[in-house]
Amino acid sequence: MFQLIFFSLLNGLVYGMLLFMLSSGLTLIFGMMGVLNFAHASFYMLGAYFAFTLGLHIGFWPALVIAPVLVGLLGALVERQGLRRVHGFGHIAELIFTFGVAILIEEVVQLVWGRPAKSYQVPVLLDFPLFRVMSSSFPAYKAFMLVVAVAIFAFIFVILTRTRAGLIIQASLTHPGMVAMLGHNVPRVFMVVFGIGSALAALAGVIAGPVLGTFPGMAQVLGSIVFVVVVIGGLGSLTGAFVASLLIGIVQTFAVAMDVSVGGALAAVGVHVNPGSALHDLWKVTIAQVAPILPYVLLVLMLIVRPTGLFGTRET
Amino acid sequence: MTPAVELVEVRKSFGATPIIRGVSLALEAGTRQALIGPNGAGKSTLFNLITGKYRVTTGRIRVKGEDVTDLTPYEINRRGLSRSFQVTNIFTRMSVFENLRCAALWGAGYRYSFWHRVSAARAVNERAETVLEQLNLTARRDVPAGVLSYAEQRALEIGITIAGGADVVLLDEPTSGMSRSETEHVVGLIRQVTAGKTLLMVEHDMSVVFDLADRIAVLVYGEIIAHDTPERIRANAAVQEAYLGVPQGVA
Amino acid sequence: MSTVSTRPIAVAGVARAARVRRYGIWLAAAVVLLALPQLIRTGTAIAIMNQMGIAVVFALSFNMLLGQGGMLSFGHAVYFGLGGFIAAHVLNLAGRGTLWIPVPVLPLVGGLGGLAFAILFGSFSTRRAGTVFAMISLGVAELMAASSLIFDRFFGGEEGITTNRSKAPLLLGLEFTRDRQVYYLIAFWLFVSAIAMYAFSRTPVGRMANAVRDNPERAEFVGYSQNRVRFVSFCAAGFFAGIAGGLFAVNYEILTAENMGLNASGAVLLMTYIGGIGSFVGPVIGAVVFTFLQSMLSDYTGMWLLYLGILFLATVLFVPMGLAGVLMLHAPAWRARRIGRLVGPYLVTGALALVAAVGIIGILEMIHFVVAADTTRPTRRLFWVAVAPRTLTPWLGFAALVVAGALGARWAAPRAAAAFTEASRPAATS
Repeated sequence: MFQLIFFSLLNGLVYGMLLFMLSSGLTLIFGMMGVLNFAHASFYMLGAYFAFTLGLHIGFWPALVIAPVLVGLLGALVERQGLRRVHGFGHIAELIFTFGVAILIEEVVQLVWGRPAKSYQVPVLLDFPLFRVMSSSFPAYKAFMLVVAVAIFAFIFVILTRTRAGLIIQASLTHPGMVAMLGHNVPRVFMVVFGIGSALAALAGVIAGPVLGTFPGMAQVLGSIVFVVVVIGGLGSLTGAFVASLLIGIVQTFAVAMDVSVGGALAAVGVHVNPGSALHDLWKVTIAQVAPILPYVLLVLMLIVRPTGLFGTRET
Repeated sequence: MTPAVELVEVRKSFGATPIIRGVSLALEAGTRQALIGPNGAGKSTLFNLITGKYRVTTGRIRVKGEDVTDLTPYEINRRGLSRSFQVTNIFTRMSVFENLRCAALWGAGYRYSFWHRVSAARAVNERAETVLEQLNLTARRDVPAGVLSYAEQRALEIGITIAGGADVVLLDEPTSGMSRSETEHVVGLIRQVTAGKTLLMVEHDMSVVFDLADRIAVLVYGEIIAHDTPERIRANAAVQEAYLGVPQGVA
Repeated sequence: MSTVSTRPIAVAGVARAARVRRYGIWLAAAVVLLALPQLIRTGTAIAIMNQMGIAVVFALSFNMLLGQGGMLSFGHAVYFGLGGFIAAHVLNLAGRGTLWIPVPVLPLVGGLGGLAFAILFGSFSTRRAGTVFAMISLGVAELMAASSLIFDRFFGGEEGITTNRSKAPLLLGLEFTRDRQVYYLIAFWLFVSAIAMYAFSRTPVGRMANAVRDNPERAEFVGYSQNRVRFVSFCAAGFFAGIAGGLFAVNYEILTAENMGLNASGAVLLMTYIGGIGSFVGPVIGAVVFTFLQSMLSDYTGMWLLYLGILFLATVLFVPMGLAGVLMLHAPAWRARRIGRLVGPYLVTGALALVAAVGIIGILEMIHFVVAADTTRPTRRLFWVAVAPRTLTPWLGFAALVVAGALGARWAAPRAAAAFTEASRPAATS
């Protein structure tokens, strides 16, 4: 039991920090520009694919740096050439635009890399079990993921609280109009933040690709969860994104680990359900099967109880 | 007689900052009243409290005798109180006529109906046409409201406020940013459309205030320092001090 | 004074003319719907038209949210799919004789199913507008996608739920064994739904949906709760999406979880936006064009969604008013009877743009061939020509088309724009 809890907690932490690498960029972009970037997870996917292809030629470690830079530049380009153009039509138009970008990226990935998953491998250097607890081991690569995620977290924290640029970014999270009045080149700040957010997402993709799989649907799989995270955390709140990332990460990891069905739990307390009943499907469901639903159930409950999210203050 | 609007010890703080500091005020039904005071006195905040946009921190607000303190804006509106906004707040993509028609719907009893045709709703359409004529906007009937000139949008703002037939009307700086002749037109319009109704308006143009108001309330730093007829307000020493900064006795 | 006294009569005259024109359009639509299967008789054409009819109802219901109410949903297919699943189950019950529900009323069953779930999910999701509403709709879509894996009996797992429309009881002896018969059923429900949705936009709550879209705060100060207005629109949209789903169940006799998935929700957004969300006919045009392109392209290429995605993004960036909006722009030129002068410049520009498009498509298809296709064949047919993507010549050829087409279009486009401006000028005398 200890083993289960320990490893679930650790895996949940890794997954949660990965979610935070995506949700932090998404939150920064949303907070500053009011745009919920639907293509954010697509940049994550591009990060994984770029790193895979670069890795074939120059190895994992250079790719770890180059892939996010390339994707960051691409993100800045998308902002400059596309998003800025639709900005005048309002946030819904911007959201629709980024949705279109997400479709296009997914299709281009299929065009260039094909439909089947790529065998993007963990680098040899980190391909060993870091430690063992009883019968299970913890891979070194996951520890590496955790280290990168924590480093990014620290990086964002320092940038936001200790630098002038961070102060501007923080100010524009809450008072976007005022920052423009004070003479900062808001369009350029937008472009830079969008690029950095995309690069962060790509970095998450580079390190998650070998573990979560590198396939054309990877953006959609993680993307929806990340949107749930930012809504639960409260749109525009970095603290909220952090707490919600860990919450979702740990809850989902625990749920996956638990192979208990509702019917089984009921049988354990002496209640037996007629297998022919209409709700039979419901009784044989295991908690592991419910795991993919849990974030969305949390989302719905959160919206009913507290519509602004955990730490949110802004309405939309 | 029941006052049209009654505020009892209303207080409002934003964080630790008190903005409205114990306002009690009763507006007699059927009168035109003005709310004046220096910038930052809390006039718009008071409007937002009465109309349900903000919640009071403490105190009660009654409209025509009924407690509306905890009601939402639309619930208060349904009780016959309507307001305009200082910054124009209209339905920009809809035509001028549609703006007025939407404003008249609830008052005519249509609610969330999806079984009536608006084109067949005679009372609503006639009401919208009447207001359109009162606003002098008949020629702009089918133009999207967003492309109207500033003065026309300000007129439409008043039109939306009164189209629903509310008998308590709150106007927030109806003449702000207008030229002399436009102001005169709006004053005439307000006089016409609020006949027999209770009016409370925030206004900075003193000629408009003294022209229209039966009574004037003076709000300074979140407190009502005077509420009286225009003549007496003109002569009130405390008001003069608040406006002119002249200490009592010197002037 | 005389002008004042005659004005109401003039207004009544204009109103009558408008009404005649409106009824005329609906009448014409009915005639076209009835005549189409007589004019286009091939089986595939009927099948595509059935698909179009369903897509039109679905897209119109989607635009009740996006265009009319300002609500962007990434999960509208949920109501389409659930309506369809319910209709399929009811059809199966009818086939076994448990229920007496004939095929023609089945779309209504789907509609009620869509409505029921719209009430359920709308009750919390319409509390928010804008971006958050969009995210909630995505969450609900994911919730249903994940649930479909769990509730095997209702969703039928991987295989989905199959049904058989020929086993249901007959109403007035109407049989639905052939696609052509189903066509008339779809046409009937399309016509009724389109009128109902148009009428909805002309009801008090339909007008207030526009008001809430434009300015939710002000709507509250004229007596309407913005949440309630959104909720009513949402339920109505769910109802009509369910009707489309019911038509789908009748037409294809199978439903899978994919029908209510994210891709289906994305497709309806694409078609509606391409058609234009600003007018009632926009989604109709969009659904017809999208379905046509989809069925044409999917015969020739595995990357049809890429092309539709490019079309979609181009619409968002350059013509946000959609195809219907572009058509509307030409109303002044049409009224001035100068539309004929545009044909020439438009044809030239269009032809040159087409050359560039052929080049781009050729290059994309060759990339796809080299990367993904089987390696046994050295050539593939592109635009009726066999090309060998592993040699340099076709790449140069298609690149030359792109460059030539793009340069030519850049030269021709300003001329077409100038011709448009010239033709749109109000007539000099009259």
